Amino acid sequence: MTAPILAAKNLQVSYPVRGFMKKPIEIVHGVDFEIGEGETLGIVGESGSGKTTIGRAILGLAMVSGGSIAFDGRDISQATPKIRRSLAKDIQVVFQDPYSSLNPSLMIGQILAEPLTVQGWSRADATKRVLELLDRVGLPRNAAARLPREFSGGQRQRIAIARALALSPKLVICDEPVSGLDLSTQAKVLDLFIELQRETGVAYMFISHDLAVIRHISHRVGVLYRGEMVEQGDTAEVTGEPRNPYTQRLVLAAPVADPDRQAERRALRAQMFAAA
Amino acid sequence: MLLYALRRLGAGIVLFLLTSFTTLYLIHFSFAGIVATRLGTGATPETIAQMMHDHGLDRPVLVQYVDWFGSLLQGDLGRSFFTQEVVTAAIGPRIIVTLSIVLPALIGAAIFATLLGVLAAYKGGWVDKVAQGAMLFGHLVPGLLVAIFLVMLFAVNLGWFPATGFVRFGDDPVGWLRSITIPVIALFVGGSANMANQVRGTMIDELRKDYVRTLRTAGVSPKAILLRHALRNAIGPGITVFGMQFITMFGGALIIESVFALPGFGTFAFNSAMRGDFPVIMGLTAVGVGLTVGVNLIVDLANGWLNPKARAY
Amino acid sequence: MAIESLLDEVESVTEEPIEVRRGVFYRLIRDPQAVITGTILVLFVLGGLLANVIAQHGPNFVDFWNVNSPVGTPGFPLGTDGQGRDVLARLLHSINTALVSALIAASIALVVGITFGLIGGYFRRLHGVTDWLFSIIMTFPGILLLIVLMPITRGDFRWTMFVFGFLMSPAVFRIVRNQTIGVARELYVDAAKVSGVTHTRILFKHILSVVRGPVIIATAFLTGTAINTQAGLAFLGVGSLEIPSFGAMISDGFQNLRAMPTQYLWPTLTLGVFSASIVLFGNALRDTIEGARPKPQKITATAMVDGFSAEAGPADEKALLQVRDLGIAYKSPAGVLNEVVKGVSLNLAPGETLGLIGESGSGKTQTAFGVLGVLPNEAKVTRGSVRIDGNELLGADEPTMRALRGSTIAYVPQEPMSNLDPVYKIGHHLVERIRAAGAGPKELTNPKVSKAAAKHLALELLERVGIPDPGRTFNSYPHEISGGMAQRVLIAGAVAGKPKILIADEPTTALDVTVQAEILDLIRDLQAEMNMAVIMVTHNFGVVADICDRIAVMQRGEIVEEGIIREVFANPQHEYTKMLLDSILDEDTIRQDPPRSVIKVKAAQVIAALKEASA
Repeated sequence: MTAPILAAKNLQVSYPVRGFMKKPIEIVHGVDFEIGEGETLGIVGESGSGKTTIGRAILGLAMVSGGSIAFDGRDISQATPKIRRSLAKDIQVVFQDPYSSLNPSLMIGQILAEPLTVQGWSRADATKRVLELLDRVGLPRNAAARLPREFSGGQRQRIAIARALALSPKLVICDEPVSGLDLSTQAKVLDLFIELQRETGVAYMFISHDLAVIRHISHRVGVLYRGEMVEQGDTAEVTGEPRNPYTQRLVLAAPVADPDRQAERRALRAQMFAAA
Repeated sequence: MLLYALRRLGAGIVLFLLTSFTTLYLIHFSFAGIVATRLGTGATPETIAQMMHDHGLDRPVLVQYVDWFGSLLQGDLGRSFFTQEVVTAAIGPRIIVTLSIVLPALIGAAIFATLLGVLAAYKGGWVDKVAQGAMLFGHLVPGLLVAIFLVMLFAVNLGWFPATGFVRFGDDPVGWLRSITIPVIALFVGGSANMANQVRGTMIDELRKDYVRTLRTAGVSPKAILLRHALRNAIGPGITVFGMQFITMFGGALIIESVFALPGFGTFAFNSAMRGDFPVIMGLTAVGVGLTVGVNLIVDLANGWLNPKARAY
Repeated sequence: MAIESLLDEVESVTEEPIEVRRGVFYRLIRDPQAVITGTILVLFVLGGLLANVIAQHGPNFVDFWNVNSPVGTPGFPLGTDGQGRDVLARLLHSINTALVSALIAASIALVVGITFGLIGGYFRRLHGVTDWLFSIIMTFPGILLLIVLMPITRGDFRWTMFVFGFLMSPAVFRIVRNQTIGVARELYVDAAKVSGVTHTRILFKHILSVVRGPVIIATAFLTGTAINTQAGLAFLGVGSLEIPSFGAMISDGFQNLRAMPTQYLWPTLTLGVFSASIVLFGNALRDTIEGARPKPQKITATAMVDGFSAEAGPADEKALLQVRDLGIAYKSPAGVLNEVVKGVSLNLAPGETLGLIGESGSGKTQTAFGVLGVLPNEAKVTRGSVRIDGNELLGADEPTMRALRGSTIAYVPQEPMSNLDPVYKIGHHLVERIRAAGAGPKELTNPKVSKAAAKHLALELLERVGIPDPGRTFNSYPHEISGGMAQRVLIAGAVAGKPKILIADEPTTALDVTVQAEILDLIRDLQAEMNMAVIMVTHNFGVVADICDRIAVMQRGEIVEEGIIREVFANPQHEYTKMLLDSILDEDTIRQDPPRSVIKVKAAQVIAALKEASA
């Protein structure tokens, strides 16, 4: 395998606590993972497991209190604002909530052009790129002159994806990007993610609580539980024959959309509890 | 809870120290001028310097402040620079006059505002429209104009109440009541409008919350939902406004007193400030800030007691 | 679901063009209140600016021969005052004094408040310091301070207003700070940071645009406060006698009341109209910028359209709950009734579980609330019938519905935390609900259940729903327990009255998957124990497959398909159902195509092998 584009070693992340002289609380207690070029690493876990925090640490939005994050071989865990600004070309993000992730008072064109102008693109070039991006994510070109509230949740998420891809990054952190969407939209947006990855060779860190979504998009999966990576490996292995008890519990708890198989799974789960 | 109370108390004391020190610091720039006023025609740079030295006004501000604060702890605010009157003795009766119009107006406004606000938020429809109209009116007309209008109507034209003057409660309770009635109403109008508007807003927000619907689905009676739940939740923000309203009304009272020629804080402060009578000014500031800090402290403690989450900090 | 999001959802499905791009100014000039008060204010400002042109005398010009002359005296259109000064001139110059006061005080308040508000709200570390600073300023007894500081301000109204600006700044600070904290938490600010946008640019481009509206509104009110305060102080005598101002004029007129009442009338009238116009203009501005404010929500039975009568028809003997042709509508801004539930019919037999499934905006929650009779005041029932045990519920008054709720029909919400009143302990919630269930229409609580008995039952229920330490949870506040625990508490409360029907609205959506499984198990067990019928409102086919006997699929306010669960899954009839089932991410689909890094390695191997072969 070629060298990974992102490698985290013994990564610890903490949040500051309100109040004078209070110690920060550690959320992520030393995790290791790697993401290769054009690869999707799925991160699955429950609320409070630290999965979002890991993503925010890579993006420089949360405080790395120990360990390292190497991007293209360079440690970025304590990057200065200046280095961060240059990293913006390479690492981008798509958030869960497509309502809060687009500024309601800016037009779509302005939103999509923001990352470009920060990097010093000319107006003309930025406009051209914005239209290109709208085409690519399947939105009409006149969307550029409209406000976010004129779009549905699924369309807004397409806009957020376009913004993330504007600078052709090498890695996109996707934090539950389909959780807020309706079932029928969810599948389409997931397919868009996969298509774009095949085309551009971008790598994803795909964070989700939904195993079905994770299976659909990930090459490899890491399972996070209370700030620790309890299991990591190929998607088929981890979600098919989980070894860690927590992963087993997680797999059995997810309901299948098939009454008979779900009944079986429920029975299995009851057995496991009885055994424990 | 005890820790929370102590922290609020500590904050209040620091607040008091900072405010009173700032006042002294600002006034100390004018000491020479004030001394010159007192000396009148006999003021020369030498006599001024001499008098400043005699009164210790040439010492560093901090030293003077510590001196002042030390006396304050012993209940001594010094004597007037001009009349030699003992400051505490001068302020005492005047603060009683001011508080005897502020407190009834504040408490009356709080009760009325709660009733009106809850009624408007709960009944909606025309009740709400009428209530909102009343609140708007209270906002529209400045307190000074309300006071003057009331004097014109009740005292000058109808002659029901005395236009001016203050009767001490001890001397004549009925006369006292008559002497404070119009000033209290004048303060009450603006204050109650402000507070009612706030109570109405909070109550509407509460009644739209999820837990209200869930209580309904459990068969809990509308009366219990309204009073035991929505109102109970609205009291917290209400008390905060109550505290701010005290400061507003206290300020308003100073002006309204002069309409009614009441011997309260306002005219006294004005006359003392005109002359630059700094011991009195410091005394007035101490009492004024002390009162507002005290009220805010009570508000904080009440909020802590009412809101289980606030206690956590 | 909060009322606001419920109404938003209604708005999103009613397809009417929204006036999105009309600017604030456009909407403002169409509001009569804003136009009238705005015109008055402009006239005042013009009058002030043209004071020297309109009046024939200066404000301090004294005509000894014309003391207390009446209105209409030549050269003195509004007469003269007790010292022989031109009332009109003084009045117009007073406007200038008021405007300068407002300008100084409001500018200081805005500059100080906005600067510190942005800093304190945006930079987390400075929250505490700035809060502390402004709480100190707020504690100053403002007017008293302005009076006692006369030795320093020398009574000059401009310096007085300068200081007053600082005293008003906490109001601006609080608005800006709260807004900024809110915006700084928004994900679009995070997205901007990730894109390398600098802090200053974020503050100006993203945050200031949101803070702008509330600040403009606040400015209107600050202006009014400054003018009134200046007038009040001048009335008291603070300030130079040379400066004409409303306060000084009122004071003069007040002393001259018996001789010339009009002298006192003019300044009071002008000041009154001036400050009333400012407040009314500020209100109009607020309505325009912030839109309609929330209306009171009465606790009352759901409204019916005029002339409504419940649909008569034969009752189904087997049905416990029978919904026929239910229609629910909301009024659009244009006043048209738009149906969001369009003739829904459902049957529920004792002990069975019906899954009501649909995407957002399908009307599933509206239907559930319609059955419970707890729709928002804005909703109206347009048609149909809802019967429990053959008794019609549509059109029943609140006391009748209340007697049914809790004991016959109960509800479990989606988001457990927001559905518990935060100021009461868990025990209080349960005891209250237990005592309310089974109370008659005119009773506050059920007379058959004492407080002690209720407490006993509450502890039993907590244990039954699987709470490890019932005693401790009983004495905990909602914010002290987890979401999963809170949902168990709500379920305990819902089943306390042994209801025949439980309506659960997405009861597991806000919870983790492992907790979801436990909650579904709990509902299933309780249902079997009590022979309760359940309506499970959900968007999740996994949940439906787990717990439901029958399923009804909703789309745009209609039930498009209904049937036995296995039949619908195996053989869906309606296109929409098929589409939904196809959209489910299949358990067995696992991503197969390799990542680019692997392809590259393989390609390299192939090339190497080819080279070797050719060599």
